[in-house]
Amino acid sequence: MDFAFTEEQQEIFAAVKEFCDDVLKPRAREVDEAGEYPWDNVRQLGELDLMGIAIPEQYGGLGLGVLEWAVVGELLSAACTTTGAVYGAHMLAEYPILQFGTEEQKQKYLRPLATGEKIGAFGLTEPSAGSDAGNVQTRADRDGDEYILNGSKIFITNGGDAEIYVIIANVDPARGTRGLTAFILEKGMPGFEFGKNEEKMAYKSLSNRELIFNDCRVPAENILYKEKGGFRVAMETLAVGRIGMAIGAVGLAQAAYDAAVEYAMTRVQFGRHISEFQAIQFKLADMATDIECARLLSYQAAWRKDAGLDFEKQAAMAKVFASEACSRVCDQAVQIHGGYGYTKEYPVERYFREAKLFEIVEGTSEIQRLVIANRLLKEAKAK
Amino acid sequence: MAINIYIDPDKCVGCKLCLGACPYGAIVVEEGKARFTEACVLCGACVSSCKFGAIIWEQPKKEEVDTSQYQGVWVIAETHDGRLAEVTLELLGEGRKLADTLDEPLSLLLLGNGVEPLASVAGHYGADRVYLVEDEVLAHYRTAPFTDVAVGLINKYKPSIVLIGATSMGRDLGPRIAARIGAGLTADCTGLEIDPQERLLRQTRPAFGGNIMATILCRHARPQMATVRPKVMKKLDPDPGRQVEIVREQVSLNEKTIVTKIVEIVREEGDEQVNLQDAEIIVSGGRGLRAAENFALIRELADVLGAAVGASRATVDAGWIPAYHQVGQTGKTVQPKLYIACGISGAVQHLAGMSSSDCIVAINSDPNAPIFDVATYGIVGDLFEVVPALTKALKREFGQQ
Amino acid sequence: MHFIVCIKQVPDTTEVRIDPATNTLVREGVPSIINPFDENAIEAALQLREKHGGKVTVITMGPPQAEQALREALAMGADEAILISDRAFAGSDTLATSYTLARAINKIGDYDLVLCGKQAFDGDTAQVGPGLAEHLGIPQVTYAIDAQIVDGRLRVKRLLESYFEVVETPLPALITCVKQMNEPRHAGLRGVMKARKAQIPTWTAQDIEADVERCGLTGSPTNVIRVFPPQRHRAGEKLEGDVEQVVQTLISKLREAKVL
Repeated sequence: MDFAFTEEQQEIFAAVKEFCDDVLKPRAREVDEAGEYPWDNVRQLGELDLMGIAIPEQYGGLGLGVLEWAVVGELLSAACTTTGAVYGAHMLAEYPILQFGTEEQKQKYLRPLATGEKIGAFGLTEPSAGSDAGNVQTRADRDGDEYILNGSKIFITNGGDAEIYVIIANVDPARGTRGLTAFILEKGMPGFEFGKNEEKMAYKSLSNRELIFNDCRVPAENILYKEKGGFRVAMETLAVGRIGMAIGAVGLAQAAYDAAVEYAMTRVQFGRHISEFQAIQFKLADMATDIECARLLSYQAAWRKDAGLDFEKQAAMAKVFASEACSRVCDQAVQIHGGYGYTKEYPVERYFREAKLFEIVEGTSEIQRLVIANRLLKEAKAK
Repeated sequence: MAINIYIDPDKCVGCKLCLGACPYGAIVVEEGKARFTEACVLCGACVSSCKFGAIIWEQPKKEEVDTSQYQGVWVIAETHDGRLAEVTLELLGEGRKLADTLDEPLSLLLLGNGVEPLASVAGHYGADRVYLVEDEVLAHYRTAPFTDVAVGLINKYKPSIVLIGATSMGRDLGPRIAARIGAGLTADCTGLEIDPQERLLRQTRPAFGGNIMATILCRHARPQMATVRPKVMKKLDPDPGRQVEIVREQVSLNEKTIVTKIVEIVREEGDEQVNLQDAEIIVSGGRGLRAAENFALIRELADVLGAAVGASRATVDAGWIPAYHQVGQTGKTVQPKLYIACGISGAVQHLAGMSSSDCIVAINSDPNAPIFDVATYGIVGDLFEVVPALTKALKREFGQQ
Repeated sequence: MHFIVCIKQVPDTTEVRIDPATNTLVREGVPSIINPFDENAIEAALQLREKHGGKVTVITMGPPQAEQALREALAMGADEAILISDRAFAGSDTLATSYTLARAINKIGDYDLVLCGKQAFDGDTAQVGPGLAEHLGIPQVTYAIDAQIVDGRLRVKRLLESYFEVVETPLPALITCVKQMNEPRHAGLRGVMKARKAQIPTWTAQDIEADVERCGLTGSPTNVIRVFPPQRHRAGEKLEGDVEQVVQTLISKLREAKVL
C-alpha cells in the first residue's frame, strides 16, 4: 500500500496547480458571472496538454492514467468549477471512443479531442430519460449505409460548443436498453441542431444545451462499438464519469474549506479570531475529515480503474459520498463566513450554489445508492 | 599595476577599425599593425571594435591594485532636459560628507552636450570640481559612449569612490564600467559611510526585498563604486557663492562607431503616466481589495486628494492593476508627504518602497498586519467601510473651503 | 537564431530572516523558483524563436540543485540547458558571476541574442546583465519591455522612469527584461514530462576555461561584511471608534500635521 505520488506525478500536479492559481482562480468569479462559455480557459487547457491526460500518446494524449486525470480534475475544479466541468464532460466523449472506437475512429475523433483542438460532449439524458436511461426516445433508423436520427437530448454539458459528440440513440425501442446504440456525431452534420442553453442556479457560463436531431443522417461507420451495444458504452462511460464527478466535488469542497479556514483565521469577533472558538474548530475538523474521506474514495476508484480492477462500486461510492460531503462542506463554509458568506464579496456563496449539482448529475445520489446496493447484493449472493 | 592594454601583433591585421572607435585618437597604424600612443587613457572603447581579438585588455589582480593612487570622490551626473537630476544633487550632498571625512575633493563627472551651465549648479550643491565632457554624441545617454568616456577618465584621474544614481541610467552604466575596469560595484545603496580605520567606503543596501540589510566593503579593487537609491540621500541647500573648478576634457567621439541608435522617445498620456515618485500624496491598494474592480475605491479617494494611485505587488501579480503602479522593492520607491495604504498587509518588500514617506496612514482589518508597525496613523477596520467614508468626509471637507 | 537565456534560481519568497544566534540567513524550507524576471526573459526568447526560428538555450550558474530551475525552463519550451557549476564559483559577486557566464557563453559560441531578467529577486542588483554584456563585448539594452528583430537588427522598447525609449542595435546583443514585457507561459504537461528526462550537462570552471582567480570569492571585489535586519519605524497611533468618528479624527490629525 502506497499513498504517495511519484515524483513525476508531483511535478505534473505542481505545474497544474500553478496554472490554476495564476490563471483559473483569479477569474473564477468572472467566469461564473459572464454567461459565456470560458473559451479562453478551455483553449489553455489544450495548450497545457490537459485535454488528453489519460489518452495514449499514439492518439495525441499524454499516456497517463485515470488517476492523473482525476487529480488534475480536482485541481481544476478547486480553482474554477465551471472549467473543471468542461474538462470532465470532455472526457465523457474521449473515454468511450478510446474504449470502444475503431482505429480509424480514434485517429479521426480521439486525436483532436486529446490535443484539445476540439471539445467533446456525451449525450444520453433526455427529457424523459434521466435516471431511467433505458427510456431513451431518440431513434436511429437504418437507411442503407446511414442511420437517421430523430429526437432530442437535454442538459448536455459542452453542448453546442463541443464539436465531437457521443450520442446514445435507440435502434429498437421495443427492446429498451438492448436497442441502445452509440454514435459519434460532429457539429455541423445536417439535421443536428442545438436548442437553448439552460438557465441554472450556478454554472451560468457552462453550456448545458438541448441537442436536436431532425432527420440527422449519420454514416454507419460512426457507430461506436456495435449496433445495440450502446448500453454498455453508456454504462462504462458513466462509471468513469462518476470518478470525475467525485473528484470535481472534492476539489470544490477543498476550495470552500480553504476559504473558510482563511476567513476564520482573519475574522475577529469578541476580540479574537473566530478560529479560536471551538464551535468553528469543530466545523473545520468535520469539513476536513469529509474531504479526506471523499478524496481517498475517489483516488481509490481511479487507482482501481488504472489497475484493471473492477471499480464500478467504488466509483459510485466515491460519487455519492463526495458530492454529499461537498454540499455539507460548502454549507458550513458559508456558515463560518456568517453574513459575509451570503454576499458576493466572498466566493463561498458561489461554492454553495455549485455544490448541489454534484448530487444530481451523472446519476443522482439515489441512483448511486442503487448501483452500490445492486453490487453489494450481487457480491453477497456470489459468496 | 593597473589596467593594461596592448595589441597582439600576431592577430592584428592593420584594418584600422579600432581607429574610429577610439575617442582619444590614441591609436595609430604603422607598418600594418596598430599601436597605442601616449594619448591612450585606457577607456577600452577599442576592445570590442576589433574583429580579430587583437586588442588585449587586462584587469589587474585585486592584490596588485595600488589603492594609494586612488583619491577623491566622484559623482557621475545624470541630466534630464538640461537640468541635473535630483538624484545627482542628492549624491553631491552625500558625496560632500564622504569627501570631507576623507579630506579629499568631491568631483562631478558631467557628460552631455551643452551642459556646461550645470557645472556651476553642481558647485552650488557641493562639488569642488567638475570634469566636463561635451559632445553631440553624448546628448542623450547611451551605454557605450558614456562607458568609454567614463572609463577613460576614471583610469586617468583614479578616483577612490564613484557614486551613480540607482536609476535606469545609473544601473545601466555602473555595472558596465565596473565590469570593464574590474571594480567592485554595490547596487542600490541606501547608506554610505567611511570606515574610520581603513578609510574604506561602507556601503549598505537592502537585499531579499528589504528583509535584510547588507553592508559591503571593497578592499582591493578601485574605485569603490556604488549606485545609490534616489530619494534616500539629502541634497545640500544650494550655496550660490560656492565656486567650482571646471576641467574640460576633449574627446573625439564618432557617431558612426556607436552601434546603438535611439530611434524614438515615447511619452504616453493619461493614466499611463503615473509618476508615483513625484507624487506628494499616494493612495495605495493591496490584496484586501479582493478584486480588480475595487480599485475604484482607491481611485475615488485619490481623486479627492489629487493623489497618485499605488499598489502592492500582490495586486499587480493578480493582474488587478498595471505594474507601473507598484510600490515596493521590485516596484517604485516613493517618499510622498502622505501615503495611505488600504488593505495592504505590509510585506517587507512593500515597506521597503514606502516606509520613508513623511506620514503613513494604514487601513487594514487585521490588527496584527505589519503595515501598522510603520504607520503614523493606523485604522483597524474594513477598508470597504473606511475608505468610502474617508472619501466622503474629505469631499465635504474640501467642499466647504 | 540562437537565443541564450541566463537565469537564476532564487527562494520563492523574500521573507527571509536572520538567525540572531549565527547572524546568517535562514532559508530552510523555502522552495526555490526561477527568478520571476528571468521567466520574462525565457518567454521573450520563446516568442522570438516562434517568430524567427532557431533555438533557445538556458544557462544558470549555481549549485547542483539549480538544475531544477533549468528543468522548469525546459518545461516551458527551451531547447537546451546547461548548468555552470563548480565550487570555484561559490561566493561570486556580480562581477565574478558576469565573468563566469561570459566564459560559458563564449564556449557555447554562436549566438544572436542573450536575454536576462531585469534583476534577481533576492539580490536585486541588476548588475549581472550589463556586466555580462561588457565581458562579451556586445551592446546591451536594459529594461526591455518589447524586443523585436527587424531586418537582422534588434529593436527594443525600454521602460524608463517616466518615458519609453526605443533603440536599435545590431546583433549579437544582450537585453534585460522587465516584468511588463510579457506574461510568461505555464509549462505544459508534455513539457514537464520531457524536461524530467532531459540530460543537462554541467560545465565546470575548467570546461569553460575560466581563470579561477576571477571566479567566486577570489574574483569578487565586493565583500559582504555584515547582514542585519532593517530598522523598523516605531509604531504610530491607532485610531479607534466608529467609522465616521475615526475618519474625522484622521482628517484633523492630518490637518494638524500639515499633511493636508
